Amino acid sequence: MNTVVEVNHLTKRYGATLALDDVGLALEKDVIYGLLGRNGAGKTTLMSMITAQAFPTSGAVKVYGEEPYENSRVLRRTCFVRENQKYPDGVKVGHALAMARLFFAAWDQSLADRLVADFQLPLHKPVRRLSRGQLSAVGVTIGMAARAEITFFDEPYLGLDAAARQTFYDRLLEDYADHPRTIVLSSHLIDEVASLLERIVVLDGGRVVMDESADDARGRAVNVVGASSAVEAFAAGREVIHTERLGRVASVTVLGRLEGEERARLAARGLEVAPVSLQQLIVRITEPGRSARPDEGRSRG
Amino acid sequence: MNQGSGGRTIDDTRPLFLQIAERIEDSIVDGSLPEDAQAPSTNELAAFYRLNPATAAKGVNLLVDKGILAKQRGIGMFVAPGARRALLAERRAAFAASYVEPLVVEAEKLGLDETALTALLREHFAGRKQR
Repeated sequence: MNTVVEVNHLTKRYGATLALDDVGLALEKDVIYGLLGRNGAGKTTLMSMITAQAFPTSGAVKVYGEEPYENSRVLRRTCFVRENQKYPDGVKVGHALAMARLFFAAWDQSLADRLVADFQLPLHKPVRRLSRGQLSAVGVTIGMAARAEITFFDEPYLGLDAAARQTFYDRLLEDYADHPRTIVLSSHLIDEVASLLERIVVLDGGRVVMDESADDARGRAVNVVGASSAVEAFAAGREVIHTERLGRVASVTVLGRLEGEERARLAARGLEVAPVSLQQLIVRITEPGRSARPDEGRSRG
Repeated sequence: MNQGSGGRTIDDTRPLFLQIAERIEDSIVDGSLPEDAQAPSTNELAAFYRLNPATAAKGVNLLVDKGILAKQRGIGMFVAPGARRALLAERRAAFAASYVEPLVVEAEKLGLDETALTALLREHFAGRKQR
């Protein structure tokens, strides 16, 4: 493993708002990360600070071992495609791509041409007059063709239809297979991107609440459904992250794996065990006030 | 997203590297990937199932560690001699717990006793032979 970004005790305040709260994180070379979490969790702020587009209130960011602020040596190796990326007034799509080509040393023009064709981008149209989807496609094209060693995509799919999103994911995987690099993808469409990700980082309320391999996170929780009394007996002493009831039937989502023997015991008691997808798990752990829920669920029983 | 171009789906509830390893094992068990044949490369698997190449590599490496696939330097991965036999033995050992136990639990729930269940199984075997 080879660390390319190191973030230590990073805190960012905007007035009374604590956008990032003592964040620690390391990004490794040639890994695709999913940066996940609800709106306002701090994802964009974190990416802005790693790429030196905002200053920390306290804490440190190191990119390739150096401070990124006004450090072109380091910044040229990174690319941050913002969700609301701004382009100079009056600039046309073709000009925006030409400027990006000048900035990024590893720019691949044939990849850019291919993406322009894939997304049917109008090169002579002013960026300002593009639709939301076309604007996202320009960002995706620049972010991919730049071939920067560390690339951040902040919700790159906004306005793109399902087919165009699939094109993005397919091209990204293809190009990554031939040119591995560190990619950070912030997304709310977890189901769509899950299989692309090697590691996931979940932010909630400005804090890192999960930082692990995507495959470790899969199967980290199980859902158990059955008669309330049996479900409660099972849930006692476990970390319950969600509870639902319908009449005498209860459903709990608990953290932890169930091994074969335990599964057999549950089956014998008439309890059904269902797996929990990555998206469901992340929704559950970032639900507001979720820590208060399990107890509430149990006492109501 | 989890749909391979061949229409086979992998789900997002279990580690993907395990599912990739199982898919390769399935092909070996059903004979579509015979012993000594070359296994798909990590990049081919990643492209087909649309997943991260590192994840596909982890699935392949799991099978190398199990002795199901063998690396031939500079050429790629091949199905190891005896792989199919080993997989069959492993799956037969797991068959009772994975298939028979849930079958019996469900049968009991429906009020089907041992005799009724055995009769059903016999009927099924007979039906398959006729086809």
